Amino acid sequence: MAINWFKYSSPASFYSLAGKMVPIFFIAAVLLLVAGLYIGFFVAPTDFQQGEAYRIIFIHVPAAWMSMFLYLIMAFWAGIGLAFNTRLSSMVATAIAPTGALFTFLALWTGSLWGKPMWGTWWVWDARLTSELILFFLYIGFMSLQAAIDDPRRADKAGAILALVGVINIPIIYFSVQWWNTLHQGASVSLTQSPTMASTMLMGMLIMALASWMYSIAMTLMRTRVIILERESHTAWVSELHQKEATR
Amino acid sequence: MFWWIIQRDLLLAMRRRSDVLTTLFFFVIVVSLFPLSVGPEMNMLRTMAPGVVWVAALLASMLSLERMFSSDYQDGTLEQMLISPHSLSILVLGKAIAHWLVSGVPLVLMAPVLGIQYDLSVDALLVLTASLLLGTPVLSLIGAIGAALTLGLRGGGVLVSLLVLPLYIPVLIFGSGAVEASAAGLGYEAHFSLLGAFFLVSLVLAPWAIASSLRISME
Repeated sequence: MAINWFKYSSPASFYSLAGKMVPIFFIAAVLLLVAGLYIGFFVAPTDFQQGEAYRIIFIHVPAAWMSMFLYLIMAFWAGIGLAFNTRLSSMVATAIAPTGALFTFLALWTGSLWGKPMWGTWWVWDARLTSELILFFLYIGFMSLQAAIDDPRRADKAGAILALVGVINIPIIYFSVQWWNTLHQGASVSLTQSPTMASTMLMGMLIMALASWMYSIAMTLMRTRVIILERESHTAWVSELHQKEATR
Repeated sequence: MFWWIIQRDLLLAMRRRSDVLTTLFFFVIVVSLFPLSVGPEMNMLRTMAPGVVWVAALLASMLSLERMFSSDYQDGTLEQMLISPHSLSILVLGKAIAHWLVSGVPLVLMAPVLGIQYDLSVDALLVLTASLLLGTPVLSLIGAIGAALTLGLRGGGVLVSLLVLPLYIPVLIFGSGAVEASAAGLGYEAHFSLLGAFFLVSLVLAPWAIASSLRISME
């Protein structure tokens, strides 16, 4: 069965498809979240080195993963939108940015909560922390550039160039921060976990990561729907939709 | 055409010398503020010097970014550049180089004098100057992308700093790192190689990004 994927690159048909998909992903996110948190807090054993405090990794690690994945996905869609001039891809990129920034902030925040009992300090100028902070700046830059431009098409394209420049820069920034860290004799503490991880811990972390994925997809779709409505408010199908809502 | 752009921008800068001097004095003032705020202990100042000079250079070169395209945008020159048969990438490369000559080179020349204020050794002064010489063109090239993206926007000046400063970080790390390494008696060749790599990569990729940003901003 051949599916015409291009059909869904039209905002109108994507709008209804996304409307059907949001509840699915949202319910999946909630179920996985409950399961992941249950495993994380009740099933997973206490770490013999770090005690109970290690349990923050069930939120911290998925958030850190998502923060990086989402930037790549955002840049991918922004690049597609720039190359093929498709409106929907750019809208998706715009919709991803706030979720990505949220996860970056969450990763930094939970990281510092974890750092206090483990290292005795809220913040260490460790390579990973520093590059996560810079990633947060990149998200903020992307969002504020798009917010400053009134014309949505120009905002899409300008944001796309910035996101792509950022993607080229991320590995450079990451490695320079890492080398800088070793030059500076680093902090005496290490981020590396004890090498073996109980399988329930790993399980909890993976389930939480999946929950974050589902949450990100649901939020992105929801936000894309709002952006579509906002930008297509002059079209016939939106006003039809509006009338349908009003008569219901 | 490339040389013509550089000549023209330099000529314009000479006609408005105060702009160049403002950037330079901003640099001098920022560097001079640090001893006043952290205290005049020479040992501390000596270790801080590379970082302070580099951060001040970053801020100073950013200060003049907004002007890079705005006057050409207002008087229509930029539009002519866009529709000219010459490659836009080459033209904007000329503009970035002119920006570096006007706002980067004075900083490089001033840096040793400021380094003396911080009691740096002669070797460290040389390394500092050389690292700035290699690093400031990268700042102009990356900064031009930000300037092109924010062309004609309200609050463009503040926005440029938000977009561009995170991208400056690698240059900052290895620029000031080179001076610190030489002060610590370690080799600084690796830092210079990396700075050179950044320069070459941005020389190749930045003009393309600047040109497409300008096209988007001018639509």
